[in-house]
Amino acid sequence: MTPESRTLRVDYLARVEGEGALHLDIEGGRVTRAELAIFEPPRYFEALLRGRDFRETPDITARICGICPVAYQMSACQAMEDACGVVLPSQILDLRRLLYCGEWIESHGLHVHLLHLPDFLGFPDAVQMAQAHPEAVRRGLRLKKLGNSLIEVVGGRAIHPVNVRVGGFYRAPARDALRALLPEFDWAIGAAEETVRFVAGLPFPDFEIDYEFFSLVHPDEYPLYRGRLASSRGAAWAVADFADALCERQVPHSTALQSVRPDGTPVLLGPMARYVLNRERLTPRARAAAEAAGLDEACRNPYRAIIARAVEILFACEEARRLIEGYLPFEPAAVPITPRAGEGHGATEAPRGTLYHHYRIRDDGLIEHARIVPPTAVNQARIEADLVALAQAHLDLDDDGLRALCEQAIRSYDPCISCATHFLKLDIRRQP
Amino acid sequence: MAALPRLAVWKFASCDGCQLSLLDCEDELLLLGERVRFANFPEASSDIQPGPYDISLVEGSISTPHDAARIQQVRQDSRILVTIGACATAGGIQALRNFDDEAAYRQAVYAHPEYIQSLATATPIAAHVPVDLELRGCPIRKEHLLAVLGALLRGHAPRLPQGSVCESCKAAGHPCVLVAHGTACLGPVTQTGCGALCPAVGRGCYGCFGPREQANTAALSAQLTGLGQTAPGLKRLYRTFNAVAPAFETESRRHDP
Repeated sequence: MTPESRTLRVDYLARVEGEGALHLDIEGGRVTRAELAIFEPPRYFEALLRGRDFRETPDITARICGICPVAYQMSACQAMEDACGVVLPSQILDLRRLLYCGEWIESHGLHVHLLHLPDFLGFPDAVQMAQAHPEAVRRGLRLKKLGNSLIEVVGGRAIHPVNVRVGGFYRAPARDALRALLPEFDWAIGAAEETVRFVAGLPFPDFEIDYEFFSLVHPDEYPLYRGRLASSRGAAWAVADFADALCERQVPHSTALQSVRPDGTPVLLGPMARYVLNRERLTPRARAAAEAAGLDEACRNPYRAIIARAVEILFACEEARRLIEGYLPFEPAAVPITPRAGEGHGATEAPRGTLYHHYRIRDDGLIEHARIVPPTAVNQARIEADLVALAQAHLDLDDDGLRALCEQAIRSYDPCISCATHFLKLDIRRQP
Repeated sequence: MAALPRLAVWKFASCDGCQLSLLDCEDELLLLGERVRFANFPEASSDIQPGPYDISLVEGSISTPHDAARIQQVRQDSRILVTIGACATAGGIQALRNFDDEAAYRQAVYAHPEYIQSLATATPIAAHVPVDLELRGCPIRKEHLLAVLGALLRGHAPRLPQGSVCESCKAAGHPCVLVAHGTACLGPVTQTGCGALCPAVGRGCYGCFGPREQANTAALSAQLTGLGQTAPGLKRLYRTFNAVAPAFETESRRHDP
């Protein structure tokens, strides 16, 4: 290979949520810089939360992300309930898990079928792809719609649900309204299996990374709403010790706060991480589908995240059906909560990975301090490291080919840039 | 074949939820794709065409120098400009900085605030360029978005719901949370359109759709004060997702000591 120097830029990444760009510097035949530049304007959530009432956090933090508002509501509620020393009954926990299933189905359904699949099949978007692959697109839209319908029944609204409160819900949904979704879930489980089969047959670029994965783990369940934080390298932490597991660092000459291991190692969150750490707790059907699709225990190829995401759609559909079948309305729909001075931590599994909230509140319930670590802020360091390795391995490609390969890789992580309030990066220079 | 009308979707400071509403039109999306050309919709497509555009949907508020310049270009390139959602029409939650010191906000979040390029305020699109149509909501209702697109494609003015959440709530037959339970509710002063979702689950309206025309906020505040609401509580109530909509801003300032 002849040594070369070139700069590759993608000024506006398409089919990701939020505004980002990719800069890649190649000098003397070596990739010297891979930068996922985010020009999403800062919205200062952690600052504007100061002085707000602790009960406002689910509604305010939902506005961090229109694609995964439930994740923000769940982590915020959990943190505030922790701060106030409240333990919720299982009915409320189950209903939260059910709501969360809706968000996984909606968000994963969107990403797999409408945002990521066009990369593999060679289309700029799902609308144009629908002419050649109408079934895949229609199946994706119908799955996504079911996820939204479930969020509407439990949460009152698909984007920024209104029924979630610290302590539980405003009103437990009617049993009939939920049961009316069951026939569609019967369809969805088969449809999701079809999606797993479909994506398993896609052509995956040859590329492997030995990841350190992080996700919540829980002895009894595949993680959505609760658990301890665990690493695929063996360590585990209570949610309150999140800062020991992952710390924010400042990259020289940049404004990005990246969350990495204390020794600087980047980690990967999200569907592949959850699968690697929790696959024994999938439903038998989802696990069988994953194994038939060739999703191995190591999950080293980031492009294959689309399979893990599809498996999680299947799992979430089955889990939702189980929870709906066992559901009985309950009253009161929330436990009463009295604020007290203290700190609380919350972590749940957003579609893109572990989402951590930490608050300190006063005895009158006003927030003194807020810290939110969205999954994309954690994955960012990992994405950049992968892009360096990926580009290095494919320097023989021309700019367009390399650009397409890198964009496809970035979309594999399903980055949610609107979420990543700590993600803003204006300029970064790294010496080789 | 006549060329399809060209639709563009633009994002400024926002959560993506309002433009997601377009992708949430699961039953209509493919049909819509036959009626318009998605000429600039980066969240959904990497096929990005240069302007001009027949219809631009604009999400988000203006909060950086770069965006203040970009919205001018968007306006220039767009025949019809429709703002979608509370950020674009009333600043959004990020406009809370307007009541505070943006530099302090920056300091609180970023260890190196000097690298952040941000304006002291987050402002609605109409504060920067002429806007042809505003769609309210945090988020907007996808039904409203489809109605607007349908009307614009047919060349007539769209009809959107008028009146207050309170009226819709009464029409839906929900028990009044304010009268029956003394719950703080912005329904009487909030533009209808959401479907009175919050009273439907027994909570007070929190004003997602912003102030209705001629909102009598002073009367509502007096009533809420009578029910025990404090001045800081009232200030927070008006200061959320439509905090810089004039009626809500004026009222919140009355309770800001």
